[in-house]
Amino acid sequence: MTGQGGRWLDREAGPVVRPYALVRGRTRPPRAAPGLIDFVIAASETGSDTARLGPEHRRLLSLCRTPVAVADLASDTDLPLGVVRVMLGDLRERGLILVAGSAHQESSDEAVMRSVLDGLRAL
Amino acid sequence: MASERSEPGAGLAGVPIVTKLLVAGGFGVGKTTLVGAISEVRPLSTEEELSEVGVGIDDTTTVAQKQTTTVAMDFGRITFPSGVVLYLFGTPGQERFWFMWDELAFGALGAIVLVDTRRLADCFSSVDYFERRDTPFVVAANHFDGSLRYTQDDIRDALDLEPDVPILVCDARKRESVKEVLIASVTHSLARHRSRATLTTRRD
Repeated sequence: MTGQGGRWLDREAGPVVRPYALVRGRTRPPRAAPGLIDFVIAASETGSDTARLGPEHRRLLSLCRTPVAVADLASDTDLPLGVVRVMLGDLRERGLILVAGSAHQESSDEAVMRSVLDGLRAL
Repeated sequence: MASERSEPGAGLAGVPIVTKLLVAGGFGVGKTTLVGAISEVRPLSTEEELSEVGVGIDDTTTVAQKQTTTVAMDFGRITFPSGVVLYLFGTPGQERFWFMWDELAFGALGAIVLVDTRRLADCFSSVDYFERRDTPFVVAANHFDGSLRYTQDDIRDALDLEPDVPILVCDARKRESVKEVLIASVTHSLARHRSRATLTTRRD
């Protein structure tokens, strides 16, 4: 890239950094990618593996110190959801985050539905 | 799809019980208004590969080879005093964003199909989708000034809905009205859940 100098930034290149550049063009989240309302949290032992992370991955990891939902994380960082999911998948594969997916098992649970109903009625 | 989603038995400290409802319907039917009437609306977008159908629609001639597009979604969150969190996701209205629906619908408690009775056909694809997926849904007719009031039977006939699908008339701008729609949706999901549980027990 550097060897070709200015040719890289010609007018066909579009925006200099598309969000997908952060994830090297991957659009399909890996199997390890969490769902939209799964919660993620940084693993307690992150060790030296963080040194090899890019700044965006590191920023995301720093926002996971307390449990946060994937969709909230995308909204907070203003990054596209698909990009955030791919990056979280990367972090998970390195054992840097844990994923708690209470939603999918429990959303059909009667207790959850009743609890949501009670909450809505009290609004 | 769900297999690798979460750590086995993950009940991590500080993680609330969360669930989601979908708000579907044609473009401009009032999904954003509805979400905004009951919850804080937050920015959320996704950048996805364009489907084949979309490629011809977006002008991609000046950006050769670029096959992704940014899609804005309606996104709201209600945190109840009990700690339970309900997320609302508005599904992108245009059919070229179908690829996102499976992800949005996965694990959803239920769905609200918002309709404009002047343009009923706009919601056909949403109704088809939730019927095919077996996602419990309610139909909410957003009453626009000047639109004719149809009876529930008219709407049921026009959309060929099963008798148990609730049909409501709402005003997506009004919090109380939207609250009733959400309550109807969760009540319907709960009733469906209970009737299925009964069927399963009988079979055992």
